[in-house]
Amino acid sequence: MKFGIMVNEGPYTHQATDTAYMFAKAALEKGHEVPRVFFYHDGVNNSSSLTDPPQDDRNIVNRWSKLAEDHGVDLVVCVAAAMRRGITEGNLAAGFRISGLGQLVEAGIQADRLVVFGD
Amino acid sequence: MSETTGGVEFDEDSAGVVKKFMFVNRKAPYGTVYALEGLEVVLISAAFDQDVSMVFMDDGVYELIKGQHTKSINVKNFSPTYRALEGYDIEKLYVDKESMDMRGLTVDNLIVPVEVLTAAEMGELMDQQDVVISF
Repeated sequence: MKFGIMVNEGPYTHQATDTAYMFAKAALEKGHEVPRVFFYHDGVNNSSSLTDPPQDDRNIVNRWSKLAEDHGVDLVVCVAAAMRRGITEGNLAAGFRISGLGQLVEAGIQADRLVVFGD
Repeated sequence: MSETTGGVEFDEDSAGVVKKFMFVNRKAPYGTVYALEGLEVVLISAAFDQDVSMVFMDDGVYELIKGQHTKSINVKNFSPTYRALEGYDIEKLYVDKESMDMRGLTVDNLIVPVEVLTAAEMGELMDQQDVVISF
């Protein structure tokens, strides 16, 4: 099955981002496809290369980057939401790209399921 | 829309595909950004010629309330945008009856025409959708 994923909450503050990652990883390991993860609202903060969590904590941003590298997942950050929150090309982590909300609608059209993670 | 997809697997043409998109609005219009940014997604979806409907439930019914005055909290009153939805061919607006009743609201308190549905009817409608995104 082809899953689109939407992440609506920020890293470390909210479980949604962890659950979305674990869902994506589990789906890929089961042989499903996850062509795109779309980040919206505070979810855009998942793409900040400036995060620097303590050594004994999970690195949420790097974890997404690795998922993109290993599985070719398209990590898309909403441009309008990103601009409000100070995410730019200059501090965008590896594997992410900034684009428009059309990418979310397109994921909804082309995926078999669009799964939304957030409050 | 003329955005390039840049996608890995989403490279086939999605033109001509019409899915049922439902946007479920559950939050008060101010206090958090969900309602405002949610509305932005709805407007974009219109450009993709999808079968769009909107649901307002819980505090989300307040998004449609008449007489919103936001000057004193220094944020934009975006409620007029809901009246513009008709121009985007987004005319299927549903509100949850229980949410309205609990807040002492009737359709006369709202800025746009809506259809009032019970929880059971709302559930049936949701079951018919291809994509449900909630804010």
